[in-house]
Amino acid sequence: MRNVSQMRSAVKTVWECVRTVTGDNAYDRYLQHHEQTHPGTPPLSRREFYAESMDQKWSGINRCC
Amino acid sequence: MANRILGIVLAIIAAFAVGGIAIQRDEPINALWIVVAAVCIYLLGYRFYAAWITAKVLSADATRATPAERLNNGRDFVPTHRWVVFGHHFAAIAGPGPLVGPTLAAQFGYLPGTLWILVGSVLGGCVQDMIILFLSTRRNGKSLGQMARDELGPVGGFAALIGTLMIMIILIAVLGLVVVNAMKHSPWATSTVAMTIPIAIFIGFYLRRIRPGRVLEGSILGVALLILSVWAGGLIDHNETLRTFFDHPGAPLALGVIAYGWCAAILPVWLLLAPRDYLSTFLKLGVVALLAIAIVIMHPTLKMPAVTQFVDGTGPIFSGKVFPFLFITIACGAISGFHALVSSGTTPKLITNEQDVRLAGYGSMALESFVGIMAMIAATLLDPGIYFAINTGSGVVGAAAADAVATISGWGFPVTVEQMQELAAEVGESTLFARTGGAPSLAVGMASIFGTTFGRGLMSIWYHFAIMFEAVFILTTVDAGTRVGRFMVQDFLGQIWKPMANTSWYPSILISSTLIVAGWGYFLYIGVIDPNGGINILWPLFGISNQMLAGIALTVATGIIIKKGKISHALVTGLPLAWLAIVTTTAAWQKIFSPDPKHGFFAGANDLAEKLAAGTLPPERAEIAPTLIFNQHLDGWLTVFFTVVLWIVIIDMLRIAYLRMAGKPVPEGAEAPYVPSQLNGPVPSINGGTASQAHA
Repeated sequence: MRNVSQMRSAVKTVWECVRTVTGDNAYDRYLQHHEQTHPGTPPLSRREFYAESMDQKWSGINRCC
Repeated sequence: MANRILGIVLAIIAAFAVGGIAIQRDEPINALWIVVAAVCIYLLGYRFYAAWITAKVLSADATRATPAERLNNGRDFVPTHRWVVFGHHFAAIAGPGPLVGPTLAAQFGYLPGTLWILVGSVLGGCVQDMIILFLSTRRNGKSLGQMARDELGPVGGFAALIGTLMIMIILIAVLGLVVVNAMKHSPWATSTVAMTIPIAIFIGFYLRRIRPGRVLEGSILGVALLILSVWAGGLIDHNETLRTFFDHPGAPLALGVIAYGWCAAILPVWLLLAPRDYLSTFLKLGVVALLAIAIVIMHPTLKMPAVTQFVDGTGPIFSGKVFPFLFITIACGAISGFHALVSSGTTPKLITNEQDVRLAGYGSMALESFVGIMAMIAATLLDPGIYFAINTGSGVVGAAAADAVATISGWGFPVTVEQMQELAAEVGESTLFARTGGAPSLAVGMASIFGTTFGRGLMSIWYHFAIMFEAVFILTTVDAGTRVGRFMVQDFLGQIWKPMANTSWYPSILISSTLIVAGWGYFLYIGVIDPNGGINILWPLFGISNQMLAGIALTVATGIIIKKGKISHALVTGLPLAWLAIVTTTAAWQKIFSPDPKHGFFAGANDLAEKLAAGTLPPERAEIAPTLIFNQHLDGWLTVFFTVVLWIVIIDMLRIAYLRMAGKPVPEGAEAPYVPSQLNGPVPSINGGTASQAHA
């Protein structure tokens, strides 16, 4: 049984890793951070956050030859 | 102890594999030898050299809080698990360069290119990426240009900035040329590539409006549509009416790419650039993984000789001897100056622990270099005759198929017209002769790897999938590069007239985008109309500028290491720098002063001018000759410019080194002060424990 739960947690880790690399969970992580640092203030909506992070991501050199 | 045993085992396997390559020189060699040798050499470099550099030269300190921890804002500064940083950084540095460079360099045989990809990356490229990443992390994520200004002075800083802008222009032009050559008179490729634009826009809307920020599902949907577009392209190609809409010569296709680049630079990022990038990243990682698996399953025998006669400089794909032009041509697969820009961009803001730079910086580049090795394998498993027939321009071997096969067979690489026709029919193209630029030959190589491994019947689908993959990849770089270039021009013009610096003011956006697109568009257009294929002029120019930028990055790194007082440690970056300076300066010298018209820019211009004056050129060539003459002059002067910029930065660094050794004051470095880390704990661990560690 222990192996099954270990396996499950390993799969979960990999899945979270994939979501983080792709930016799929960027909004969830932002909410978490916002909760910790600015409790009580309203966070950006999912849509606002996505629009802002796209502009930020593409204002510098982040792709190569 | 376990580590030491692993190291010894790796060393033995590497020695065995390299020995295998060396002994089998006169008989065909299996690609598996190269794969095994490469993997072991990367692991050895990572395990020993990179570990030594992080510990001794950089003194990476796990107890020191990184900018991601100190400036954590939940957006760009975020402490991130090291494997995630590795993924991020690899996705950022991986581009079409390591696919194209080794494909062209295969004209020297498989051995010179393979050796340089391995040696150059382990001792040069990986080291550069890792050290610049580290230095930028220590400086709160400063860019290479800022570091050059802070550490060397305003002259070095300005040279780095202007060098970056110029290489960007050449880079986009040469990549655009690769795509145009792949689409030329190929309705299938052109329609598929055209379909990628509406697909990207649809995914852009999906991620912005329908399901905001759901990147994974959006990307998977997009990739499925892209694969569908490859199949749809085949339908278009088989339809007599539809195919005529997509059957174009190079020049209009080049204008299309230029118009596309201009639109991409001014449209909002979420609409085209961001979704296209998600798709290309997914494709890229998928194809790299698939290719590695397929090469191991297929373990093809390389048909190209280890070393060809073209090492003497008479090569048809690009001219120049193996030294220095092998090193210029391979470029990104071994060491790429452009990586230094990425390493001093977004990645430093994600590093949780200073020791993570080894995996993110050194590790990512090792994987990138492995992509170069796979491209080399894909090029050299083809019959050499076929390889040369695809990659040689009609200006070199003649426009008629019979002339081309006669010339190429005369070099000792037999090929027949029937063979080429059969192959073209198999991959669904009308012809494969003179498809210069590297993309078609790589696609044929990839198609035969995938076809042999996963089903030969689908060769034409595999071929056009590979073309689509390369095009999506390249167009992302075109978009992103044009945009970055636009920002640089806006920054530049803003110093002359303030309102121009406003990156969201439309007149400024239009003017600066037009300037940057006109810059690369010019070189692209000339490359397309050049009867010798254009790539033989543009790629060396790109290689020289890219290696010069690497030289600038290594100079900055060397200057900083010297200022810290570790003169002997400066050899870690100083030796690759010296090598790059020798290689690029020699290459530039030959390109400028060689009296051989095939080789020197000015000699080429004079030769063409004489032929034009004597009236010996056919009318269609006489018409474009004045443009080509002007362009060769321009390329010559650009080469002069790149060389001067590199040496200005090197001399600036030597000045600092002299001041430092003489005990005189040097510019104060801008390293962020030490703050103890709360995340990594007081005990430095060699594996670099990180905040988001979920393994426990």
